[in-house]
Amino acid sequence: MIDIRRVFTQVEHIHHEFGPRAQTPLVRGAIAAVLTNPFAGRYEPDILPMMSLLDPVGLEMAHKLHAAMDVPLEQLATYGKGAIVGAAGELEHGALWHVPGGYAMRELLGWKGDRVAYAKGTVDEKKTGQPGNALSIVPSTKKVGAPGTTLDVPLTNINASYVRGQFDAIEVRVPGAPAADEIVFILAMSTGYRVHARVGGLLAENIAKWDGLR
Amino acid sequence: MTANIRKLVVQVDETRKEMGRDIAPPTRRAVAIAVIANPYAGRYSENLDELIAIGEELGALLGQKAVKALGIEPGQAQSYGKAAIVGEGGELEHAAAILHPKLGAPLRVAVEKGAALVPSAKKLGTLGTAIDVPLGHKDAAFVRSHFDAIEARVSDAPRAGEIVVAVAVTDSGRPLPRIGGLQAGEIKGEDGLR
Repeated sequence: MIDIRRVFTQVEHIHHEFGPRAQTPLVRGAIAAVLTNPFAGRYEPDILPMMSLLDPVGLEMAHKLHAAMDVPLEQLATYGKGAIVGAAGELEHGALWHVPGGYAMRELLGWKGDRVAYAKGTVDEKKTGQPGNALSIVPSTKKVGAPGTTLDVPLTNINASYVRGQFDAIEVRVPGAPAADEIVFILAMSTGYRVHARVGGLLAENIAKWDGLR
Repeated sequence: MTANIRKLVVQVDETRKEMGRDIAPPTRRAVAIAVIANPYAGRYSENLDELIAIGEELGALLGQKAVKALGIEPGQAQSYGKAAIVGEGGELEHAAAILHPKLGAPLRVAVEKGAALVPSAKKLGTLGTAIDVPLGHKDAAFVRSHFDAIEARVSDAPRAGEIVVAVAVTDSGRPLPRIGGLQAGEIKGEDGLR
């Protein structure tokens, strides 16, 4: 059921945006796996079996993305994910990526939560201090599109969704994909603040609640 | 003159399967892209030396970035290409100044040898304009299995006063080459053609 056709990696170093040159550039990266869509061309009621089979795909992509970004793990400050489903598929096929895509980056970043509960969607954690890393919901977008369709993948802080200076998005586009019977599954991460962030709000160093929000 | 680089983008495109057939090892193409300020935007300058110097600097930087992204030794590079998109405040000749006089020599160092012409493309464009960077075998331009192209595009560039410069390097030809012609294993690699 899992058939990876292509892997597309993109890493950006942003030095300035017509303001002062950053001492350390913002690094943003995205990785896109182009898979054959096993459900293309028909309505398949039971698509869930594919979800757990995507776990190893997610892990491979998360590790490949980190390697391509070539920054220490602790500098990965934001994450996001997305999917582009080819024309013979449906949006729901892209939704299969929510759990394995999020799980993969959480594993990479040092999450310490309950995996089974996470997969079932029944997480109910008691928050005391910082319970591991990657506490925030992984923001996402998805669409059905033609080959070369662009997707803006949102990025937010991995531990507190409200870190305003790190709200961002990266445009991802794989030339030639997805074909009608393909799906593009995407992971994205960055080293944090927009290059000239200056609209206030919660700073990452002031995260205090460890509830994934603040 | 040192390039005022706003942004660097490196992309790697790895094909593991084509038309249902496994590609082992996968074909891999990298493109390294710099978004730079155009020092001549908005005016006519007879002399384009600043861009020629920038071209030399970017030939090394982008060539090395692409090779590093593929995780290969320089000698394992097989094909290459270059391209530039000039923002609306510039002219086509600005792309030529970057690409043609001095970019090639340091790129050839980055990929080792490089007897063949570096194929190129150029255009004027705006934010998000895509350019197809042509690819040809680095030591023998007639190797048919390595005629290819890879798209380069930066969503927020070039602004009017910018230039997008792309260098592409691969460690392979097309995924399923089967239209004959000169094979990579048959080349002499002396005259850059065969």
